[in-house]
Amino acid sequence: MADDIRALSAQLAQDPQSLVFLRLGEALRRKGQLEAALRVAMNGLERHPHLADAHDLYARILTDKHDYERAFDEWDMAVRIAPNHTGALKGLAFLYFKVGDLAQAEAHLESARKVEPDDPSIDQAIAMMRKGVSPPAPEQGAAPSPPSAAAASAAPTVAAPLDEARVFAGLEGANEGLLLIDGAGRVLGGALRNRSGSDVTDAVAAYLAGVSQEAARTAKLLGLGAWNGLSAEGQHGNVHLAHPTPEALLLVVRERGMPLGRLAILAQRATTMARRWLEKT
Amino acid sequence: MSTALDLITRVRGVRGAMLVSADDGIVVAEQLMEGIKGGAVAALAASLAGRLRRAMEAAGTGTSVFWHLQAEQGALLVVPGGNAAGGILVVAVAEPDVNIGLVRLELLRAAESVV
Repeated sequence: MADDIRALSAQLAQDPQSLVFLRLGEALRRKGQLEAALRVAMNGLERHPHLADAHDLYARILTDKHDYERAFDEWDMAVRIAPNHTGALKGLAFLYFKVGDLAQAEAHLESARKVEPDDPSIDQAIAMMRKGVSPPAPEQGAAPSPPSAAAASAAPTVAAPLDEARVFAGLEGANEGLLLIDGAGRVLGGALRNRSGSDVTDAVAAYLAGVSQEAARTAKLLGLGAWNGLSAEGQHGNVHLAHPTPEALLLVVRERGMPLGRLAILAQRATTMARRWLEKT
Repeated sequence: MSTALDLITRVRGVRGAMLVSADDGIVVAEQLMEGIKGGAVAALAASLAGRLRRAMEAAGTGTSVFWHLQAEQGALLVVPGGNAAGGILVVAVAEPDVNIGLVRLELLRAAESVV
């Protein structure tokens, strides 16, 4: 393995534009040299930003580093570039399973199966998932090989339409208690249900309209500078408000058991995702 | 009332404390450092508290028992006392590095004593 890595490194040094970085990055990842693998993948992505396999490699390394949020973005990008990329589809399925969205997880695995009906690992992953067992994190084939030129050139450059239901995909509890609204109280993404299961998205959004401006005015009047967030402890649950952009407002609602500090961390991650999503739209 | 506010302002990093009527945003009692516009802060805090209360009730979390607005250079901390709709808000203005947990405890204690 070490010899492989040396040989691949030498090849890459000789021809930095070559796609050998994919094999080198994967070899380093398999050896557990994640920082080195990450550098190789990032350098490769800089040279080949429209190569789905490069995003797939980067996502696998990020998954090994438990950075699921960024891994989701990378696999999402890979699928946008190459919708039939089975590695990325399996990767997304794995992440959807992790956040409890079994429907999306299965849908992605089914898409992968349509592309590669003879791949036993996909059937196995679906079976495991139905039993409630996490499918394994996606691996590249046992003998990593450079992508075919056809696969690389088949990459469409037009991105698929953005899906508002996926603003928070990949985030802990992405399917519950997250709401993104604009300054006028219109829902941009996410949804909310109350304790009895009724959809309260629109009502909450309407009440929160204008909160961002009011919080900004209050902080300014007190000489506190820009506001970063608003945490509130309720009788039955806790909430955190943040503003991914000056106009938008993000609400995170969780059970009372989640401490405000942890809620703030979760909200910070959701804010980053919402900001990215808003920038893309 | 002033004893309740005393306990809050004794916490290191607290710049001032107020009791505010939740209904109309009028200052009931205050102990503020110079430069803080009590009346305006009370009005905005009451308005913000009202919106938050309605949103939280709609979301099913119940009325708020404590909330704080975090900003770059400080924080506004509020405990709605008694019936939040028509009661008293106990408000503190603090430096960014204040012990939030301690201020929260003093605010809750103050709310119990004034309601």
